[in-house]
This record gives sequence, structure tokens and C-alpha cells, in this order.
Amino acid sequence: MPRLSYRRALTRALGDELARDDAVFLLGEDVQVGASLVTTGLAKRFGTERVRDTPLSEQAFTSFATGAALAGLRPVIEFQIPSLLFLVFEQIVNHAHKFPLMTGGQCRVPVTYLVPGSGSRTGWAGQHSDHPYSLFAHVGVVTVVPATPADAYGLLVTAIRHDDPVVVFAPAGAMDVRDDVDDLAPVPLGRGRIHRFGEDVTVVAIGHLVHDALAVAEELADQVSVEVFDPRTLYPFDIDGLTESVARTGRLVVFDDGNRSCGMAAEIIASVVERVRLLAPPRRVTRPDGAVLPFAPALDRAVQPGRDQLATAIHLTVKDGP
Amino acid sequence: MTDADPVRLYRTVRLIRRFEERAVELVHGGQIVGGIHPYLGQEGIAAGVCAALDADDVLAGTHRGHGHVLARGADPARMLAELCGRVTGLNAGRGGSMHAADLSIGVLGANAIVGASGAIITGAVWAHRRRGRDTVGVSFFGDGAVNEGMLLEAFNLAALWRVPVLFVCENNGYATTMPVAGAVAGSIAGRAAAFDIPAVQVDGQDPETVRVAARAAVDRMRAGGGPELIEARTYRFDVHHTFEHAVRLDDYRPPDEVSRGRARDPVRIQGERLTDTDRAAVDAEVEATLDEAVRFALNSPEPDPADALTYLYASGLAARTGGG
Ligand SMILES: Cc1ncc(C[n+]2csc(CCOP(=O)(O)OP(=O)(O)O)c2C)c(N)n1
Ligand SMILES: [Mg+2]
Repeated sequence: MPRLSYRRALTRALGDELARDDAVFLLGEDVQVGASLVTTGLAKRFGTERVRDTPLSEQAFTSFATGAALAGLRPVIEFQIPSLLFLVFEQIVNHAHKFPLMTGGQCRVPVTYLVPGSGSRTGWAGQHSDHPYSLFAHVGVVTVVPATPADAYGLLVTAIRHDDPVVVFAPAGAMDVRDDVDDLAPVPLGRGRIHRFGEDVTVVAIGHLVHDALAVAEELADQVSVEVFDPRTLYPFDIDGLTESVARTGRLVVFDDGNRSCGMAAEIIASVVERVRLLAPPRRVTRPDGAVLPFAPALDRAVQPGRDQLATAIHLTVKDGP
Repeated sequence: MTDADPVRLYRTVRLIRRFEERAVELVHGGQIVGGIHPYLGQEGIAAGVCAALDADDVLAGTHRGHGHVLARGADPARMLAELCGRVTGLNAGRGGSMHAADLSIGVLGANAIVGASGAIITGAVWAHRRRGRDTVGVSFFGDGAVNEGMLLEAFNLAALWRVPVLFVCENNGYATTMPVAGAVAGSIAGRAAAFDIPAVQVDGQDPETVRVAARAAVDRMRAGGGPELIEARTYRFDVHHTFEHAVRLDDYRPPDEVSRGRARDPVRIQGERLTDTDRAAVDAEVEATLDEAVRFALNSPEPDPADALTYLYASGLAARTGGG
């Protein structure tokens, strides 16, 4: 079985879609050389007309993509830094997202916003380490956070073919994950995946935290049986899949690399308790409220949700119940 | 009939003028909710520019956007129905005054975010050209937009990639109550010069002058030229927004300036180029069109609240509802 890294899975997805559909094109900063190591080789293969380096004009090139999409193309934008999404939140929300409704269904805006290296990159500090996926889920832009190489490939392909804007977060903490992959295929939006079955508690883990959750589940295996649920898509969210899991385990912990207030964990817990009577109060392990990642490595780690915190939350949830 | 036909140009400015006057009446009558930003006084710009466009061309406008949509040829009845929030409206009642759009004729929409249209049009024109069309685009914006970074970024992108976009600045002297002198360091044309974008200033009150300038720019762009800018000096005859009819703001425009501004009326200026008979015939035709438009709009059904989010996702994704 061939080994594939998460990063190369993204490259493969971009290459396959550029080859499959002439309407697809890629733009971003330093994408021709492939500074992110994701777009490597694509300019040579598809030409600099379809793999376009942009000036540092995030707002203009984001809306440029909206215009190109209105004219029938399928742009993919690569953002160098997750925090750049704050610059273009306006262009994505006010224009790309709102156009179909505001025009009464006259158009579609199939743009993919790809963010390789989201979340902490360790040592990149306050303005390079955000993980703002909950903002996009909140405004209703399709938001995916793949955890594995196969899902990175499959969800990026699906995002590019999707008729509405999609933000694809590729967490820094997952970029070097390698997997044996024999079958690369599109992955449907809004469908979660259970990575490990368990009986006592469901842990919902987002993005790279799936791998940490699996490690914790393994560590605790002789004490508690942990199910690890990876939503893969945050919006639309696979609430049916998660409900099925929690209905079996009766307990819920959410492991989320976003800030606490109004975060994904809050939304996931609310959505579950609307449907399922839990055996114990749910818990969440998140970044703190208002988190700004400090520079020093120990501080950077301290602000991110960690394995110890998850293990504690699991124990407390299990202890709380009957 | 060529784009230089004075009757055609007059019909467009007259149509916009009377459309806006009827729309203001409907605002006061409560049939248009939320008010409008009347295009009154600025009709010559949309009319002159759109007269120079071909079928494959695209444009995007502003919050003061009715004129652009009408000048491009949208159905006035469906436009008015849109302002009245009816299902028969251009946007099925989902957009209203500030988002009126007709993609079928290349109107990518009025846009309520000041400075937003430039980058969108640049991308659309680039995409159409990549597909082998001869498209040029127009981005309309006000004097207030020239201080928005997003628009200046779009100037750079269009110039850098030689995307034929005609940037049309409708300089009516004010952004709401803020005079140009209080907001613009340097000059509007100077913004263009910084990107090597050719710029001209024209009298926006003369529709024919605007048309000639737009025609020349469009011809150069069609022949392979990059973006250009036209600064059309104009004056808004009425309020920034119809809320000012109810809430009088302090005299931010001196009364003598207002009367001087109103004296240069694009509808009158163009009308004087027609014989009395021709002008009367156009006026009657416009009136009949608008009578019918008002009838159509007010007799059209309102959308069903159950369908409020029908068009949210082009992909057909169903959003959760907000109820308990
Ligand atoms: C980005 C942005 N800032 C502020 C507003 C609020 N606003 C709407 S119209 C307007 C004035 C715009 O002036 P100008 O561009 O000169 O156009 P005009 O109204 O004169 O036609 C303002 C401040 C807005 N809609 N968008
Ligand atoms: Mg103005």
C-alpha cells in the first residue's frame, strides 16, 4: 500500500482537479514556487495562467475569485496564514456567501479557500496561529477540517466541485501525518467518521486533534472504552452520525482547537443535548476564551487543548455518570 | 440605431429619472420598505457608460445602483417589483434596492459595500476572457470608495494583469455628508495615475460627454488595452437616502450649492438635443412603461415566509431552521 502524506494528498487533489476540469484555477501568494509545499509542481504542470501568483492583496484577490466564479470558473485560493482569513472575512461573507441568496438564486460562487498550516505552527506566535473555523461555521460557509491524508484528498476534491464557497482548514498539526492509502476518492460533505469504536464515552475531535484523541483513547484503553468521532466537516455538521454515537455511549467530550466562547465545542454540545439525554454532563477541552497564542513554545502549548486535559475530561465525565 | 443615437440616450436618462421619482413616491407610500438611495441627478453617467457596452460585457454597481441596472436594460417592472419585495422581482424579492441584479444581462449586482465592485468585476472579466470572450467590465463607485483599500487593491490587480475594466467614479461631491475635500488626500485621478491607469475627468451631467469618453475607453480596452478610469463629476439632486426625507440632517450641503448643482440637469441637457415631438413621444412611452411597472409590482405576490432561505445555497444544502 502506498504511503501518502497529508501535504501530498492536498497536492494530489489540486493536481487531479486542475487536470479534470479546465474551469479550476489556483491563485495565491508564492503558489508557483509552492512556498507552502502544497502547490509544488503545479505551475510547471498546468502553466502560470492557471496557477497564478498574486500580489499581496488578499481582499482584492478573494473578491477577484468571487467574480471569476460568477463568470463560471472554479477558483481555489491558497492562504499562507490562517490569520489572513480575518482580512478577507468581509469578502467571503458579505459577497461570496451572500450572493446566491441576495440575487434570488441567479448565481453560484464555487470558490475554495485552502488554508494549509492552520492552528499553531509552533513558534509563529500571535498572528500566525489562529484556528478560526468556528467563525465560518457560524456564518454558514461550508467548513471542512480533514484529519487524515485520505480525507484531505477527498474533502479538497469535494470542496472544489461544490457549488458554494468552502473553507478547507488543513491543520499544521496534521500536515505531516502519513497513512497507507490505496483508494483516493471524494469524501462527501457533512459525513463524520468514527476512527475508533468505544462504549463509555464519545470524544469528538477536530482536525489534528483526532490523532491526539486516538492516542489518549489508546492510553486509557484498560480503564475506559473511548469512541473517537471525527466530524470532518464542521458545517454542515453530521449531527445524525454523532447522535447515533452518543446515543450508544451516553457521554460526550469535545476536543476543539478553537476559542471557548461561541466555539465549535459549544455548538456541538448544544446540538447533541437537544437530541440525546446524556448520562453525565458533557465536557469540552478547547483553547481558552479570547486566546492569543504566545510565542514561547511552552506557552504556545499551554494555550492549546492538550492530551492531559482530554484524559482528565474523559475521567470526569465517566465518574460523573451513573 | 447606434450608441450615439440621442433619442436612445434620452430615453435612458428619462427612464431612470422617472423610475426614481416613482420609487421615491412608493417609499413615501410605504410600498417600498427600507428606503432607497436615489440616483436622481446622476442619470447621465449610467446612461452614457452603458450605451458604450456590448452584450457580453459585465458591470457591478453601488448602493445607489438603480440607474446602472436600468441603463443596462433590465426590465423596469421586475426592477420595481424587486424594490417592493415581490417574488416577480429581479432577485425574487431577496435583494431589494441595494442588491438588485440581473446576471442574464451581465449585471452582477448593485452592491451595498462601498468599494466592493472593483475586484469582483476584475475577476469576472478575467474569467470571461479566459473563456475566449471579448468582455470588458465596468465598476461603478462613488467618491467615498476611493479611500477603500479593497478598491485600490483592485486597481492594482486589474492594471497588473491588464484586465479591461472601466472604473467609473461618480464624484457627486459627498460620501453621505462627508465632502470630498474632507476625505480625499491627493486626487481621484491621481489614484489611477499611481497604477498607470489612464484617467479622464468628464462632466457627468452631460450624458453624451460621458458616452463619448466611455466609448473611447471601451474601444481602447477592446483593442487590447488595460483598465481605465473615468471620473464623472456629478451632483446628487436629492438626499443621500430617503430617510433624510423624514429626518432632516443639518445643512451639510449649502443651499446655493444645491441650486447650482440642480441647474445642470442631465435629463434636460440631453432632452434639448431632441425635437419637441421626439421628446414628447419618449416621455409618453416612459410614462406608460412605468405605469405598467408600478401596476405589475404592486399586483405581484409577496414571497412565502416559508421560503425565506430558499436560495441560501446554490448547492441546495439545507440550513437548519432557527426555531425550537
Ligand atoms: C464599506 C462601507 N462603509 C460604509 C458604508 C455606509 N455608507 C453607505 S453609502 C455611504 C456613502 C458612500 O459615498 P460615495 O461612495 O461617495 O457614494 P454616494 O452615496 O455619494 O453615491 C456610506 C458611508 C457602506 N455601505 N460600506
Ligand atoms: Mg459620493
